[in-house]
Amino acid sequence: MNTSKIFTHFVQKISHTFVFASLAISTLSVAQEPIRIAYIDPQSGTFASQGESGYLQADFAADYFVNSKGGLLNGRQLEVTAFDNKNSATDSQLQLQRAISEGIQIVLTGNSSAVASALSTAIGRHNRRNPDQRVLLLNHAAVDPALTEEDCNFWHFRFDAHSDMKMQAMTDHIAMNPNITKVYIIGQDYSFGKSVADAAVDMLKEKRPDIQIVGNELHPIGQVKDFTPYVTKIVSSGANAIITGNWGADMVALGRGIIDAGLQVPIYTFYAAYDGITATLGSAGKDLIHLAHNDSANIDIAPVRLAYTQAFKAKYPHKDVTEPRIANIIMMLAAAIEESQSADPYDIALALEDMHFTTFSGEEIWMRPDDHQIIQDVHVSVHTDENIVIDADNSGFGFRTEFTLPAEKAAMATSCQMTRPKQ
Amino acid sequence: MIEVLIFATLNGLVTGLLLFMLASGLTLIFSMMGVLNFAHSSFYMLGAYFAYSISLYIGFWPALIFAPIIVGLLGALVERYGLRKVHKSGHVAELVFTFGLAFLIEEGVQFFWGRATKDYRSPDILDFPLFTLFGQDFPAYKAFMIFISIGIFIGLYLLLTRSRIGIIIQAAISHPNTVNNLGHNVPLIFMAVFGVGSALAGLAGVIAGPVLTTFPGMAAVLGSIVFVIVVIGGLGSLPGALVASLMIGLLQSYAIASDVGMSDLLDLIGVSFERDHMLNDIWSLSLPQVAPILPYLLLVLVLIFRPSGLFGKRES
Repeated sequence: MNTSKIFTHFVQKISHTFVFASLAISTLSVAQEPIRIAYIDPQSGTFASQGESGYLQADFAADYFVNSKGGLLNGRQLEVTAFDNKNSATDSQLQLQRAISEGIQIVLTGNSSAVASALSTAIGRHNRRNPDQRVLLLNHAAVDPALTEEDCNFWHFRFDAHSDMKMQAMTDHIAMNPNITKVYIIGQDYSFGKSVADAAVDMLKEKRPDIQIVGNELHPIGQVKDFTPYVTKIVSSGANAIITGNWGADMVALGRGIIDAGLQVPIYTFYAAYDGITATLGSAGKDLIHLAHNDSANIDIAPVRLAYTQAFKAKYPHKDVTEPRIANIIMMLAAAIEESQSADPYDIALALEDMHFTTFSGEEIWMRPDDHQIIQDVHVSVHTDENIVIDADNSGFGFRTEFTLPAEKAAMATSCQMTRPKQ
Repeated sequence: MIEVLIFATLNGLVTGLLLFMLASGLTLIFSMMGVLNFAHSSFYMLGAYFAYSISLYIGFWPALIFAPIIVGLLGALVERYGLRKVHKSGHVAELVFTFGLAFLIEEGVQFFWGRATKDYRSPDILDFPLFTLFGQDFPAYKAFMIFISIGIFIGLYLLLTRSRIGIIIQAAISHPNTVNNLGHNVPLIFMAVFGVGSALAGLAGVIAGPVLTTFPGMAAVLGSIVFVIVVIGGLGSLPGALVASLMIGLLQSYAIASDVGMSDLLDLIGVSFERDHMLNDIWSLSLPQVAPILPYLLLVLVLIFRPSGLFGKRES
């Protein structure tokens, strides 16, 4: 009798200890459970190298700016996981479902506007149906204006200037050059390529009515083996400037084709840099390739920016900081999480919109609350090997800013009618 | 207009002949073994990457010799230790095997060389414009590409029709058992053909790498079009592969060079649509825009009207 009582007591005591211990463990695990980001971009196929670069930068920025400084919300780490979408909208939605089922509530994407648009729609729908497990979409590079115009979405935040903003800077730069009289526009046949072409035509007409558009061409994305036939048309059109929104393999091949044909005209691009593109274009592209981008290049480089780049290069010697805005995203996200003291997408979204932020290059940027579009300076830079501190592809060549369109001028009015969720 | 035509023809020739180097190997392998080799364009990619690495150390010209040999040996090994074992389980297994191999090679290339585009350049000695016509350069390297491809075609054709080995290969294609009974080592012939086919693909990669850029997606970009060529030309036919390659190269090149579109066609029959018409995207389609799908259109037409291909002999 007595022994059994002692035994029961003993068992109770042990079980209490267990409950206590497991409670302690669970509180501990809540404190240290990471805040996860799903990076959905191509990790295989034609555009794998862009997707890989973006992922490495997001992962590195998270470690550099957040995790090495003790994490967020008392020690929670920021963890970036890559999900391969093969640059397809369908695969992106599958990967989104996978990310959501793993409990991830922040998605980072950008390599394709078609993908970003699909994800924005899917996330908007998901958030309406699952108000207790909502997802935030951070866009680092998909620049189709529609994403913050007619298709704008409360859950989507864009950290790159959209293509019309970049086109403003580009066309301003073209308008300053009296030698340019004939412009050829060529791009990939999807939403982004089309919007680049439309914007170029409209803005050039307004700024330099004397400039003739001698060609306006779309080619299938990621399908063209050889751009020489296109280049033949460009040459015979007599163009003395080219505008293209091409990226990845399509950009290298086009640039290569133009240079091989001996055409010595300025080429205005959005993405003709890094991931092997700069090295491939090399000396042949010097002073010809122009790039519209955020974060000024090789002009008064801020110490923090330089230190960050060097740290990144030390870890990945064959990679570059191709998108400084990814660092902006990580820092602004961290600031928003700290400010709202919450990792809930709705709270983060509220803290992010209307956030003013100074980048590591010392530029003032602002997340416009009306359409969740970042407002920042847009620079036009030229491909050169002179006065280059931060080069690309370890080639000695890099970009040097020639012209800057200040944020207040780059900010274009928005037509976004955003429907805000009720908390 | 005339300069566009001339350059479109030259471009078409370069692309067409390059495609032929890939298609010739594929069609030979198919006619011997009856299996479509999905990994064929992966060997093309390997050729480009090997040549890139070799050219970093000992230059382009040795790479032109060694890279195809390495790729050919790899191909022979794949046949000997992979395909031959799978062969017993039938064609579907072989198909799946080459399909998997294509993925494996792509991942392998990304693993060893990374995902970024490689700065693989044509040799300096060929880095000059051969001639300049109407202000446009025609690079000497492209002429070199044409030269190599035509050389390969002539060599291959002579080998198959004039040499003893060629006769045995042709016999092995149609009557493998008889050839075996005559004392020839048919498995060895298979292995040799697979190796040579892969080496040809590798050679195509070596000479195409500097022009079409060397990156992990290069196999995928070319892969499907090569199958189209083989089917259009007639499975197993070398002249068929040549004609189909040139046809597709020129077709695409001319289509891109042309400036006609749906709207011109509609103008001809006197129909026009408003710019904000619901189907404006269709009415405003232009020929250059649809150029890359024309080969597939041709494929469908050929399959409907001449299922054995232009030069194909077999009916099944």
